Amino acid sequence: MNVNLLTVVLFLPLAGFLAALCLPRSSSDASRRWALAISLVTFVASLGLLAFFDRNAAAEQMALDLPWIASPNIHFAISVNGISLWLVLLSTLLTPICVLISWRSIRNRAKEYYAFLLLLEFGLIGVFLAQDLFLFYVFWEVSLVPMYFLIGIWGHDRRIYAAVKFFLYTMAGSVLMLTAIIYLYNQAHTFNYSEILRQLSSGELRLNVQEQMLLFLAFFVAFAIKVPLFPLHTWLPDAHVEAPTAGSVMLAAVMLKMGTYGILHFCVPLFPNAAHRCSGWIVTLAIIGIIYGALVAMVQPNMKKLVAYSSVSHLGFVVLGIFSFTQQGMDGAVYQMMNHGITTGALFVFVGLLYERRHSLEIADYGGVATAAPWLSTAFLVTTLASIGLPTLNNFVGEFLVLQGAAIANFTWAVWASLGVIFAACYMLWLYQRVFYGEVGEEVRSRVSDLRAREWAAVIPLLVMMVWMGVYSQTFLPPVGKVTAQILVQSEVNVPYRVETRPPAEVAHVR
Amino acid sequence: MSADIVVTAFNGGDLLRFLPEIVLTVMGTFLMLLSAILKKQSSPVFGHLSIGALAGSIAGAVCAYRNGGPAFGGMLLVDGFATFFRIVVMSVGILTVLISYSFLKRQDAETGEFHALLLFSIAGQCLMAAANDLIVIFIGLEISSIASYVLAGYLRDDKRANEAALKYFLLGSFATAFFLYGVAVVYGCTGAINLTVVHTLLSATGSTQAVMLGAAAALMFVGLGFKVSAAPFQMWAPDVYQGSPTPVSAFLSAGPKAAAFAVLLRIFMTSFAPIGRGWEPLVWLSALASMTIGNFAALKQTNVKRMLAYSSIAHAGYVLVALTSRSEVGTAAAMFYLAAYAFMNIGAFAVVSHLSGRGERYQSIDDLSGLAQTQPMTAAMLAIFLLSLIGVPLTGGFFGKFYIFKAALESHLVWLTVLGLLNSAVAAYYYLRLLVVMYMREPADAARDVEPLTPAFRLALILPAVGTLFLGIFPSWVLDFAGKSATLVK
Repeated sequence: MNVNLLTVVLFLPLAGFLAALCLPRSSSDASRRWALAISLVTFVASLGLLAFFDRNAAAEQMALDLPWIASPNIHFAISVNGISLWLVLLSTLLTPICVLISWRSIRNRAKEYYAFLLLLEFGLIGVFLAQDLFLFYVFWEVSLVPMYFLIGIWGHDRRIYAAVKFFLYTMAGSVLMLTAIIYLYNQAHTFNYSEILRQLSSGELRLNVQEQMLLFLAFFVAFAIKVPLFPLHTWLPDAHVEAPTAGSVMLAAVMLKMGTYGILHFCVPLFPNAAHRCSGWIVTLAIIGIIYGALVAMVQPNMKKLVAYSSVSHLGFVVLGIFSFTQQGMDGAVYQMMNHGITTGALFVFVGLLYERRHSLEIADYGGVATAAPWLSTAFLVTTLASIGLPTLNNFVGEFLVLQGAAIANFTWAVWASLGVIFAACYMLWLYQRVFYGEVGEEVRSRVSDLRAREWAAVIPLLVMMVWMGVYSQTFLPPVGKVTAQILVQSEVNVPYRVETRPPAEVAHVR
Repeated sequence: MSADIVVTAFNGGDLLRFLPEIVLTVMGTFLMLLSAILKKQSSPVFGHLSIGALAGSIAGAVCAYRNGGPAFGGMLLVDGFATFFRIVVMSVGILTVLISYSFLKRQDAETGEFHALLLFSIAGQCLMAAANDLIVIFIGLEISSIASYVLAGYLRDDKRANEAALKYFLLGSFATAFFLYGVAVVYGCTGAINLTVVHTLLSATGSTQAVMLGAAAALMFVGLGFKVSAAPFQMWAPDVYQGSPTPVSAFLSAGPKAAAFAVLLRIFMTSFAPIGRGWEPLVWLSALASMTIGNFAALKQTNVKRMLAYSSIAHAGYVLVALTSRSEVGTAAAMFYLAAYAFMNIGAFAVVSHLSGRGERYQSIDDLSGLAQTQPMTAAMLAIFLLSLIGVPLTGGFFGKFYIFKAALESHLVWLTVLGLLNSAVAAYYYLRLLVVMYMREPADAARDVEPLTPAFRLALILPAVGTLFLGIFPSWVLDFAGKSATLVK
């Protein structure tokens, strides 16, 4: 039953995609209703995962392992753990929301649009579930294609440039990752992640310093592009700004997490020595990203670009948390991954709603929206406050944990990173002030209406999650903590002997 | 000296192993006679007949494989390897005929001549695939080439086609001469022309004649490198592919290339395997140069056929990476890749042929604009082929690349792998351009004028697409066969 449920959650969107291709082109209503139905069913099915999930175990759960290709030995191996569970839920929650917010704005070629949205969901869920490195790569690339089309077909003016840039950046990183995956396979003779991990930690498979470093970097660059880590972030503002609303939401809320999830799930446990050796550099880049992203966000005249740069800043926190190598830091990083998904996802939703009404993303075109649309403004305010880390809302918990972890590792890091929190308050509140207060322009008065029922349906789950995650993090954190503790052990324990050329038993003996 | 070659009169078994070539030649001759008898010069009957011939010869190839082994005193060797490539080139032939129906009809040139030439060319390629003797290889190469030269210039009134044919003929003759020179040197050094015998002799004598044999290998590489359009012998490919009638370009980019690679693999992995260290750097350089030149030149092209020509140079480079790895895994990877490549490339050319219109007016990349709106099915198929050419998972092109670079890493060619894979990221750019114009632009003249799909053409799109996806989702089936057949030295 368990196994079946995981497979169901994974393959429902794919089935939905294939069926959506067969729907009549003329009726966009059929397509969006179908997409909504399938994505809701998927969401409900993924909620079912919670029932079968053992919150007290760190291990991979509900594992399914079927041979796919005999030579090389590739398996269709999926399972879920305390981190991927939440990321899968995040994907399944946001997909119906994306369908809802696209309801009116996507009129052109709706059939393909919703089909691609479902394919994207399939790819994203797959990335978080795959336990076979090869399968992981497959899903990684599969998720790239629908997003490319979503940006390129339904995006704004410079959509083609943004779509191609997005594709090429990711592709360049992922071919390096592919090289590393094949190299690992040739050494370990398996793509199975936990088997490779076992071989590495038992000393059966020993990589020398240089190998480990290069493999780590090959994986890390692929993930860092996706995160995106400064200075590899330049594709992100373009992609976010040009994408249609749902594209921005999925991109920010889920796709960026593919990178941080990859770092946490693959990079750090597989190559702990290299991860530790590089941690200084990586943390430096993360902190630069935090501050740089915030400063650039502050001067953006375009709302979407502002939110996009704020993502660079927020994701810097996640990387900082991971590479602090402390329990708090890693917990905070995972929590922040989810928070960012909810909060920034919501911000993009609101920006999209405003755009639908006023047809502009320029901050200067707004002002006084609070008068015209009080409920919209209130909801936006809650999201803004969440985003800047107000206690009792979700981001506070994550940022607090990350900063705590960073402070344990190195106090200076925490000091610099906390600048990002302060700047976040500046740019977000200033944005709020300029858009929602002040003189009500004629355009705004006539065009900006308040939230409709369908829009409420999209927004309320996100608002609820912000409060829930801010007030009662115990729902979410314990399973996460189990896994991060394990990752931490894997990254620490292996350090002493992995660089040695002697088997671990000997090293232990010497000590 | 060569005890295992016993010249005997041929028997039934020999003829059975030679069945595909016999069927193709007989049918080709029959088509020529038929076109002399029939009053109507242009008729789809010729196409039907040649598809029948090709299907029959595929069955013949399977029969031959069931009764596999050497034939004609060791001049042919019908093994899994030969059968694999025979089936690949004949499938390419079938797809070419399917594409050519509407094209030839449009040009009012559905003659028996075209199909006869096609069948002869494929017969030559089948012979190349099965040949185990340098002279037979040469004969196969010539049969295939001469027919292809004529096919390239098939549209006599078209200036570009004339230019293409002439260029192809002149440069091709030079290349074949190089190959023949290499054969002569091998014969001079070893006194043998049978590949297996040469292998045995070279393994035994070692490196006494290393320089001469190295030169022979290099000369043969020039000849065959030309045929597979590997750098630095790639110059002809863009002009010829652009100038030839599109179905012929499709054929040239897949059929002769696969056959030439079969020969290249067979010669270098059997005869020259003992001196592998000598030729490895040569092939290494050529592989890298092909990938780099092909991909970077393709970036700037505006003509789709020309772009696909450069892309085919780059793909030759990927296959050469497999050869550089000098292992059975590499050979199997090359076989798999060539099968996948045949599907995706023919498919891509098919769409170009469909879109180009009468007189092949529409060939530029911009002419694809908005195809997704006017003919979504065609666009979706081209999208599959392009994603496969890029190497996106769940397509045959991805697994092909994956196996090749896996083989290369096993042979410790780390840098070649990294450079090759980065190259494939560059390649993504120009393939994406096609996707961009198809899906993200408004329809242009070409897309609005596009003819409705005929049943034959629909098949010509669906078959390669199914093949591409099949190889991408269930690659084991083909790969297992390739792996079993990749042992060329027995």
